Amino acid sequence: MKHITIDVLVIGGGPAGLAAALEAKKQGVQEVMIMERDVELGGILQQCIHDGFGLHRFGKRLSGCEYAERFIQQVKAHHIHVKLKTTVIDILKDKTVFAMNAEEGMLKLQCGTIILAMGCRERTRSQVFIWGTRPSGVLTAGTVQRYINIEGYLPGKKAVILGSGDIGLIMARRMTLEGISVEGVYEIMKSPGGLKRNISQCLIDYDIPMHLSTTVVHIHGNNKLEGVTVAAVDDKRQPIEGTRRYIPCDLLVLAVGLIPENELSAKMGIEIDPKTKGPVVDESFMTSVEGVFAAGNVVTVYDLVDDVSITGEIAGRGAAKYLQGKLNQDTHYQMIHSTNLINLVVPQRFRKNNLENHLTVYMRVREEMKKVYIHGTMNDRVCLHKKLNIVSPPEMVVSNIKKEDISDKGDITMAIERG
Amino acid sequence: MKQEFTCIVCPVGCTLTVDEENHQIKVTGNQCKRGLEFGEKEYTRPMRILTTTVKIEGSLHKRLPVISKGEIPKEQLHQCLQALYELSIKAPIKRGDIVVEDICHTGVNIVASRGIEPLIND
Repeated sequence: MKHITIDVLVIGGGPAGLAAALEAKKQGVQEVMIMERDVELGGILQQCIHDGFGLHRFGKRLSGCEYAERFIQQVKAHHIHVKLKTTVIDILKDKTVFAMNAEEGMLKLQCGTIILAMGCRERTRSQVFIWGTRPSGVLTAGTVQRYINIEGYLPGKKAVILGSGDIGLIMARRMTLEGISVEGVYEIMKSPGGLKRNISQCLIDYDIPMHLSTTVVHIHGNNKLEGVTVAAVDDKRQPIEGTRRYIPCDLLVLAVGLIPENELSAKMGIEIDPKTKGPVVDESFMTSVEGVFAAGNVVTVYDLVDDVSITGEIAGRGAAKYLQGKLNQDTHYQMIHSTNLINLVVPQRFRKNNLENHLTVYMRVREEMKKVYIHGTMNDRVCLHKKLNIVSPPEMVVSNIKKEDISDKGDITMAIERG
Repeated sequence: MKQEFTCIVCPVGCTLTVDEENHQIKVTGNQCKRGLEFGEKEYTRPMRILTTTVKIEGSLHKRLPVISKGEIPKEQLHQCLQALYELSIKAPIKRGDIVVEDICHTGVNIVASRGIEPLIND
């Protein structure tokens, strides 16, 4: 078995991993390595050929692959080690990593720090419980995207999409452009999951109908998908009798949500937040295991790749500081709580003396609200008060709390106040 | 004529109302200047960025993602797609390389949105 010693090992070569590796290197770390199971760097961005990426970061509408390549070129220029086609199979608490690839066989790595950047995974049919047979032609949206945009296959002629998040909407347009007829987008909730601009430019532009409070209740066909039955649902998301409708189709696209991919993290004993489904992290995106950091969609599913890159940079900086002994670990953690209109908050805790200028807090709200205040309190004192025109579940709310407004002791409570 | 549009310039997605009276176009509902421009254009001549893939040979990947360097009239999107589907590109290609110049006389170039290395058989 080959033994490798490395200062920073980044697991995953997507946008979070690329940004994390780059930042660690820029902060003066000698040996940085990215480990990626795919044949190339870039992660899922490589199959996201649509534009709209990097609006915040580059002020431009880039396609996913363009966004990825900007980072990949920098990673190459900074002489970061890259191991492709390599799968990590185990991580121990003492930061020993076991991985393997076809050329070298088993690898044993002793790492100074580890940055987890494994991203997220799509929810599958078995996680949304649809009755019926198990024919081919039932695919997740990401799989369809990979088939069409990278492999060059068209996996069907007539499609039904379940789920109206941005991924479902973007695939509705993509399939239409490739000549697949999209019968409609079905959404179990009362309101659409995706952004308004995507409903406009992906569905309305191509006359694709969206059916709210409606879901797929049955899958038909033996070897190949022959059709699906859809039905309207009541307030408890139960199908309403008399509303069942059969739709013949050969492709059911499931766009039913993303879950952070934390098998490795959980196995090594990292504390997982049940709300985010990712590791509990601090201001430097360090997990509950000392010296192990996390970044991007493995922490919680972000909407914008710009945010994924930013969290990668925070983790990269944290890892560099940890190695250089500059990361304070002596003081107690102060917590960040949220009230009921806010679903989740990242990071969950912080140490004030590790903050540079401000504490960046990511929050996801429960429902769409207009003209609201985002309100942070600490020991009955206000540390953040900012007006927002609109907040909605598809878009993460990002706020910076100034270091000077944060007390040395006590927790922060974040709340949304209606204007 | 009064029409409503959803602004697609940024994630906010304002609902725009465009009113035309005596050849004067008035946009309301926008929260920023870019929405004003979008509303006018959407009413008079809707434009879109086109992204798709074209066939590529001699590489590990089968498809090359491409993007229009500017916006294309919405009514010409289909025509442009058809032209692109007839193409076959040879690897290697660099990001930003022009794949089609002035596609369908729109004045817009179609460029590669990533680089693709040639396949080396060993």
